[in-house]
Parts: sequence; structure tokens; C-alpha cells
Amino acid sequence: MSPELTESRLAVEDAAFREVVAAGEPFMKQLEKGQVFRILDLEGNQAVDTLFYSARDMQERYDANTTIREQGNIYLTTGSILRSNEGKPMLTIVADTCGRHDTLGGACSAESNAVRYALEKRHMHSCRDSFLMALAEWDNGLSKRDLPSNINFFMNVPVTPEGELTFEDGISEAGRYVEMRAEMEVIVLISNCPQLNNPCNAYNPTPVEVLVWES
Amino acid sequence: MSNTAVTTFEPSLVLWEERVPGGTHWSGVLRRGNALRVADIGGGANVSMLFYNYEDKLERYNMADTLKGQHTVYLTKGHVCYSDMGRVLCSISEDTCGWHDTISGVSNASQVRRKYGQARYQEHRNGYYRNGFDSLVNELGKYGLGKRDLVANLNLFSKVSMDDDGNMRFQEGNSSAGDVIDLRFEMNTLVVLSTCQHPLDKGSKYDPKDIDLTVWRSGTAGVEDPCRNACAENQRAFINTERLFA
Repeated sequence: MSPELTESRLAVEDAAFREVVAAGEPFMKQLEKGQVFRILDLEGNQAVDTLFYSARDMQERYDANTTIREQGNIYLTTGSILRSNEGKPMLTIVADTCGRHDTLGGACSAESNAVRYALEKRHMHSCRDSFLMALAEWDNGLSKRDLPSNINFFMNVPVTPEGELTFEDGISEAGRYVEMRAEMEVIVLISNCPQLNNPCNAYNPTPVEVLVWES
Repeated sequence: MSNTAVTTFEPSLVLWEERVPGGTHWSGVLRRGNALRVADIGGGANVSMLFYNYEDKLERYNMADTLKGQHTVYLTKGHVCYSDMGRVLCSISEDTCGWHDTISGVSNASQVRRKYGQARYQEHRNGYYRNGFDSLVNELGKYGLGKRDLVANLNLFSKVSMDDDGNMRFQEGNSSAGDVIDLRFEMNTLVVLSTCQHPLDKGSKYDPKDIDLTVWRSGTAGVEDPCRNACAENQRAFINTERLFA
């Protein structure tokens, strides 16, 4: 499949907020309804593990199953509505120059690295560690309990008609981005993935940039 | 019929049996070394199910880790269900159905109303229309858990496959009368389930199906067990599990 790519009409110089998130670091920020949020893959093939919470009710959060079921497709791209566990639209993807983003691969953790690669890999840095540190610093009562299955922007996890699931080389490149409009006040939580054991980051995690435009 | 070759067990090993009517919800604790057989009595059943470590409910079934570890998007005999802590909650020691859905989530109130119309308790008493989300939240509440804990669930007996472009397709008639799946518990596990219809079920009629639960003393997976040895990932997850009970 060659996905449809949609470029943004927004100019980088008009962004109200810009920040580079280094490889292996978390990022957290509130978005107001109507704001447009972009994640820019600066050097290419970088997985960006991402969760969203309703700023008004933290029990309402991005839900992978509801999102893919409502659109009838397991991949995200322009037009995809990211839905909450209450079925409500949280954000809509409005531009995408990568073409396909993963909804099933979840986050790496110390424990899943130990199972997937070797018991000694437990001590490598992981996305769940970044998520947990961001939640601890935020100090809002959220814990591991509040880490549902996340989006992996720019990550390529194809599923075959026979049901086989694999992690493949990325389809993103330097300068590709995904952009979404907030449909409610949301908290975005990112782990810029530190995984070194599979091709999701081309074995070399790199920085991404996040940008926000006013509505 | 696919279900003629099902493995049997000594009746004297059976601990209990229970019928769960269609559209209802259930929860219970399954101990390490016991197995749960779930039977689709009449065909076309769906069982939305979640697992939690009974001693530490913060540890629970993890869809992504289960799929990544075994390179699969569905579950059948030989697969295991991973917790988010790299352990095996249960292993699938028997399955006559062949495909159990892991990615479609549960139905909710507005969806059930849209698909099937409204049937309220006030008029229909216990025949009122229920939905998977509220049903699971209801059971979770009995253990101090709630919406925050309703993570991506299994849908036993249902098949949703993908084409090369990722489009999801619900397979009608995936499960036949008498199909069973055996879940052999490797940890002390809280099981919560709903027998509401699958959220992608194409039927326009509210018609959830009954299931039978049978629990027996199966023992845990041995050194030669096919679930344990299906892949190196499963072997490591069993090591982690056995360390917990060492």
C-alpha cells in the first residue's frame, strides 16, 4: 500500500510553541480545544509513543480499540479521529507526511524488553520508564494504572491477513510529520522511544520536535 | 466439525461448573494450576474478558506485549496471555475455534442503542439490553477497580482480521456450537467477563449467547509444554512467572 500523504498549510514560523524532545526523553503538555499539534521526525525513523488524557477528567483517555474500531482500520493517518474510552473524539489528524502510524505495538518496558529480547535487557531504558517519570513529576495521582495502549507515531507494525504481526523498518524519513487538531482540552504525554533492540528507531533513537499552533 | 478432537480431562478433577447467560457479566478468581474451559454452547458466542493478578491488581493483561511477544494479532492454542510485568497470566492449552480477537474492545451503551434499539429494565426486567463497557466496569467495581483499569480486552470466539491496508473485517460464523477454549492459569488471576455481543457483530438483533464455564485441576505448564516452548519469548515469560512463585 502507498498511503496518501497530506501536507499542512501551517507555517513553522507561525507556531506558538516549539520544543525539541531529545531521544529517550518524555514530554507532557496541555493542548486547548482547537489548537493544532505537530510531531516532526527530525532525523527519520523515530517512534514516538503517545497518549492523550482529557484535561477535565483524567479517567477519560485515548483508547486504541475504540479508535481503530470506529474507523474500521488499524492504522492512523489523515482523517483518523483519535477517540477516548468514552467514545468521544479527542483529536483529529489533519496532516500526515508519513502515511501510517501504529496503534497495536504499545510501549516498550523493562519487563517486556526482558521477555522479548533477553532477561539481561531488563536494565535498558524504556518508554514505560519515561511515561512513569513524567507522571511522577506531574504529581497528579496517575500511575502505571493510567498507561493504556498508546499510539506509536512513525512506527511500522504491519499485520498480515493471516494475523501475523511484525516490527518492520520505519517508513518515516527526516522532516516527515503528523499533525492533529485537539477536539477537546487534552494532556499529551510522549515518550520519545529509546528502544535499541528492534528497527522501530532504526537502532539509533533521535530527537523529534513538537510544535503547537493557536486555533 | 472442528470441535470433535477436543482434549478431555478426568471428571474427578472438576472443581466447579457454571452457565453464564448471554448479555450478562461475571467475575471470579482462578488459581495457579487450575484451568478454565469456556464453551460456546450454541455457536456465535462472544466473551469480552480481562485478567488481573489477584494479589496485585496493578498487574494486568497487556494486549501489546501479548501480541509483540508472539508476533500475532489473534490468540489460539499454543499462545499465552502476558501481563504488563512480563509474566504469563494464563496459557491457551486447548482451542477448537482457531481465532480469538484481541483488538476490537467492547460495545458501549450508545452503540448498543444505535444497533439494537432500547430495552430498559423498567419494561424488560432482566431482559434489558446491556453493553460490554458497563458490564466490565460493573465487575471491576467489586474489586476497587474501574474505568481506568478497563484496558484492551480479549473477545473470545470472535474473529476480526485485517487486509493488507489494515481494514478490519468481522468474520461471521467464526465459532460453532460446542467450540471451547481452555485457559490454564499460571498465576492467581482475577477474571472479569461480559457475554455481550462483539462490538463489530453485524447482526441487527440483540441476541447475546450463553456460555458454560468449567474449572478443573489441570496443573501448570510443564517443561515440555507447547505454550512454554512456542517461542523464546514465552520461555522467558514463564521463567519470570515461576520466579514470582519461587
